[in-house]
Amino acid sequence: MNPRNYSVYLDKDRCNGCTHCLRVCPTEAIRVRHGHASILAGKCIDCGMCIRTCPYHAKKARTDALARMEDFKYRIALPGPEFFGQFANLESIEVVLEGILELGFDDVFEITRGADILAARQREILQSNPRRPLISAACPSVVRLIQKSFPELLPNIIPVQPPEEVAARLAREQFAVRHQVRPEDIGVFLFTPCPSRRTHVVTHPGMERSHIDGAISIMEVYAAMSSRKHPAATRAKSCATLYGMGWGAIGGESTAMGLNDYLAVDGIQDVIHVLEEIENNNLTDLQFFEGMACKGGCVGGSLVFENPFVAKNRLRKMMEGMPRVRLDGEAARVILGEGNDVLLDNPLEPLPEPKLDENLLVAMRKMEQIDQLAMKLPGLDCGSCGSPTCQCLAEDVIRGEATELDCIFRLKEYISQSARELLDVSCNPEEE
Amino acid sequence: MDEVVLRKSYDVEAGDFESAGDASAGIKATLKRLGVPTGIVRRVAIAAYESEINLIIHSMGGSLTLTVDGESVCLVSDDRGPGIASIEKALQAGWSTAPDSVRSLGFGAGMGLPNMKKNADEFQIDSTVNVGTHIVMRFHLS
Ligand SMILES: Nc1ncnc2c1ncn2[C@@H]1O[C@H](COP(=O)(O)OP(=O)(O)OP(=O)(O)O)[C@@H](O)[C@H]1O
Ligand code: SF4
Ligand SMILES: [Mg+2]
Repeated sequence: MNPRNYSVYLDKDRCNGCTHCLRVCPTEAIRVRHGHASILAGKCIDCGMCIRTCPYHAKKARTDALARMEDFKYRIALPGPEFFGQFANLESIEVVLEGILELGFDDVFEITRGADILAARQREILQSNPRRPLISAACPSVVRLIQKSFPELLPNIIPVQPPEEVAARLAREQFAVRHQVRPEDIGVFLFTPCPSRRTHVVTHPGMERSHIDGAISIMEVYAAMSSRKHPAATRAKSCATLYGMGWGAIGGESTAMGLNDYLAVDGIQDVIHVLEEIENNNLTDLQFFEGMACKGGCVGGSLVFENPFVAKNRLRKMMEGMPRVRLDGEAARVILGEGNDVLLDNPLEPLPEPKLDENLLVAMRKMEQIDQLAMKLPGLDCGSCGSPTCQCLAEDVIRGEATELDCIFRLKEYISQSARELLDVSCNPEEE
Repeated sequence: MDEVVLRKSYDVEAGDFESAGDASAGIKATLKRLGVPTGIVRRVAIAAYESEINLIIHSMGGSLTLTVDGESVCLVSDDRGPGIASIEKALQAGWSTAPDSVRSLGFGAGMGLPNMKKNADEFQIDSTVNVGTHIVMRFHLS
């Protein structure tokens, strides 16, 4: 598995092997071996739970440095709604837009503009596609989770690009025309709230290529902006609508689509529970499922600075003064331009986890061994062995990646038994 | 080579809504882990969930058993009564004896047995009133 396809990584020097991250990982993608954590690339969905949890900040995300923009003659910034929730006492969004320009960007293009178009197109798709429920494609972690663990639900995902991609293409095209410059001289940079949006830029599932040239963490942009003076004048004009802005928090997408029959679920564990229900055909009446990996939605991303509840409250207040405008499908098509749409180029592919064995019968034998071993383990799921659960350690042992005595309880038993045997031998020496 | 058969059995108690879904979740997880084709896993999962809920709602308790061999996946639902008086009616889509208390939980559409039958490649049901119901569902692996 290409490590470039994942954004979360471990800073080994900071990790002290404490197992905090092990317990919160929703896909059991972390092991602690030889005193430090490691991430199983084939299982990680870049949800960022470990980044939030690690007390030593040893879990990090690969993102692009702000300085990457120097590689391009012209630069455009793509801030999403959650970015605006980072700032206190905003008299207007334009102040933030100006602050972004002062960092050296030539233009700012709000991702809400992509979201507005998507809401309109998704409403149309909901009309024409009878499958239920349709599932939001907005959170790349959820999409990847479905690719890995719920491949049968891939046809339920609305086959559209995420809002930042829709925005990025328009941003580049409009800038190139307006300034009469070559599109390839323009660098389009996403301000990302999370590792998974960065991963999407690199892997662009279902898309021939990404329209984005780099992903800079919101934390980094926020730090750069907070050390600068409050801008006096403002050049850029905000195009944000109330509905587009809503996408920054859970439920905003469904509201923007004007739905009333939807589930909006935040937090990756709860998302998994609902996907299980959908897989069991228990929600076939439901129109739309909006699942977001982070608590609160993107305001709760692992690479944002502000407390998600505070950011959400700010968004809500900002939205009060914004135009309540929804695009219709026709308007969306006009903005997209002749021959362009928001649809994916290719269907999303399953990304199955490595099997126990390619041969079913061998896999069954291994499963039996795993179950037998798991019965000998204490069932406490304490994580001390470096695997997240006893069942998982059993599997790791059978796969040859750990040993039974990594379990401290088994080790204790083993030692006391050895001691007893030794004692037996020394007390009852065999008679000659 | 000796025959390889994997078997997992789950007890399901009458009225135990708290554990509802545990057995079928375990069955689904096992099949996914084994690498059984995902389309089959989903059909088994749907049938297993419906069986489990029926055991909780309609039966006096029983068990759900998963068996996998090289050729097929098999689900068996077995219970200790009360049995079904008319299997023919029970298999009709929309036919249900679920009381209102259960309907208010979203069950009782009378679609469980029809869905089990639809999703399994082979479906066999035997029931004796006051004795119990025995359902065998087989899913071919190839
Ligand atoms: N294990 C069982 N023991 C006794 N009766 C059963 C059992 N399983 C099903 N039945 C009877 O068959 C009827 C039809 O079952 P079915 O699963 O199709 O529908 P339901 O359980 O009533 O509703 P739904 O499954 O849609 O929630 C039930 O209402 C019940 O009378
Ligand atoms: S909810 Fe938003 S911030 Fe969190 S992983 Fe998904 S896209 Fe990223
Ligand atoms: Mg039923």
